[in-house]
Amino acid sequence: MNSTNDHINIQINEKVIWEFLKEINDPEIPVLSIIDLGIVREVKFQSPPLGDGGIEVIITPTYSGCPAMDMIAATIKIQLATLGFKKIKVTQILSPAWTTDWMSEEGKRKLREYGIAPPNPKQQVCDQKLFAAAEAVQCPHCNSYHTHRISEFGSTACKALYQCDDCEEPFDYFKCH
Amino acid sequence: MKQILIDYTLHLADNSLILGQRNSEWCGHGPVLEQDIAITNISLDLIGQARNFYQYAAHLINRQTELSESENPPSGGRGASEDSLAYLRKEEEFKNCLLVEQPKGDWAQTILRQFFFSQYQYLLFQQLENSKDEQLAAIAEKSLKEVTYHLRWSSEWVIRLGDGTEESHKRMIKAIDELWRYTGEMFEAVSYELRASGEEFGVDVSKLKEPWQKKVNDIFCEASLPPAGGWGALMQTGGKEGKHTEHLGNIFTELQYMQKTYPGCEW
Repeated sequence: MNSTNDHINIQINEKVIWEFLKEINDPEIPVLSIIDLGIVREVKFQSPPLGDGGIEVIITPTYSGCPAMDMIAATIKIQLATLGFKKIKVTQILSPAWTTDWMSEEGKRKLREYGIAPPNPKQQVCDQKLFAAAEAVQCPHCNSYHTHRISEFGSTACKALYQCDDCEEPFDYFKCH
Repeated sequence: MKQILIDYTLHLADNSLILGQRNSEWCGHGPVLEQDIAITNISLDLIGQARNFYQYAAHLINRQTELSESENPPSGGRGASEDSLAYLRKEEEFKNCLLVEQPKGDWAQTILRQFFFSQYQYLLFQQLENSKDEQLAAIAEKSLKEVTYHLRWSSEWVIRLGDGTEESHKRMIKAIDELWRYTGEMFEAVSYELRASGEEFGVDVSKLKEPWQKKVNDIFCEASLPPAGGWGALMQTGGKEGKHTEHLGNIFTELQYMQKTYPGCEW
């Protein structure tokens, strides 16, 4: 037993954990890891109430009602247990509120390849006036900017529905938030 | 002081839960697929808000119960949870405004209610972000981003329907006639709201009335609807203190059925 614990303390540092968490995917958009999404805020070792061999992962939800969060928290616990951690705590914090600015460039590339248009940089949609022309979103299939918004709400809380005017394919847009 | 914070948090939670539940009745019945998805997405956001508030309320209740073992435990009892607070409290313990429990009606009525409520939440959460209570401030900050979407979407629909066909205009007028009397309650503070704003963790809702009416008038004007001032001053109140219309009971026959019939059931 002791040797296992020593093993944890010596071999597993914070960097290793962050790399390890890259293997956990969002159950609703399985090409994205929770690191790509930017929902992991902090990893803490042996925080006082947990003692030795304990770890706390702090995550922030994308949307208040996102049903994936409970599953993500459970998966983090299961996966970290395989590394030998005895006490694992996943804490959800709401502030600062998650923003698509936290999504990694790698994540945006993966989304595009998956057929979902990645969020445009910085808050264009969020301050938009009523009936304003929808922002230009590039079609993930044919790369045309000649697209239009069908609905501000899509198949999950984080997406809007668009259609390309050139290739005519409908597609999801991971909306800026 | 602690009980006031619990009551105030439950009031915020109940508002979001009941409207979320109401809107979810559209699931599979929306006028077109995209709008069906929109209104149910809004439901999901509202239920997410409710969960955040209920989890916090449960935490406060459990801590209070630990501190005062001898006293009668507050509603929800020992070991309160977000589920027990949503599924096991009685009608008279719910503190939501009457507006949110009204039937969904037709699309015009659902849209108008969403617009009235989103405009209210938008102003409320902007203030609540500055709450002295860190958790309420955090929930407000998170929710505000979503409410901004709800407000823009519902504003556009009010304009589209009000300024649309003769039929859609007529239905908006009928919806205003139906719902206007429930709007005043949002801005009439009850005892726990007064104490909450006095202690600076809650919002003084009376101050939101003027900006709310101005925004509503702006949208009504663009929608070719008569200005809000002319819709009568007689307001129905009582929901925030547990005096509800019969519609809340109807919601509970669905919302609370499973947990009351099969206590503690999980799936």
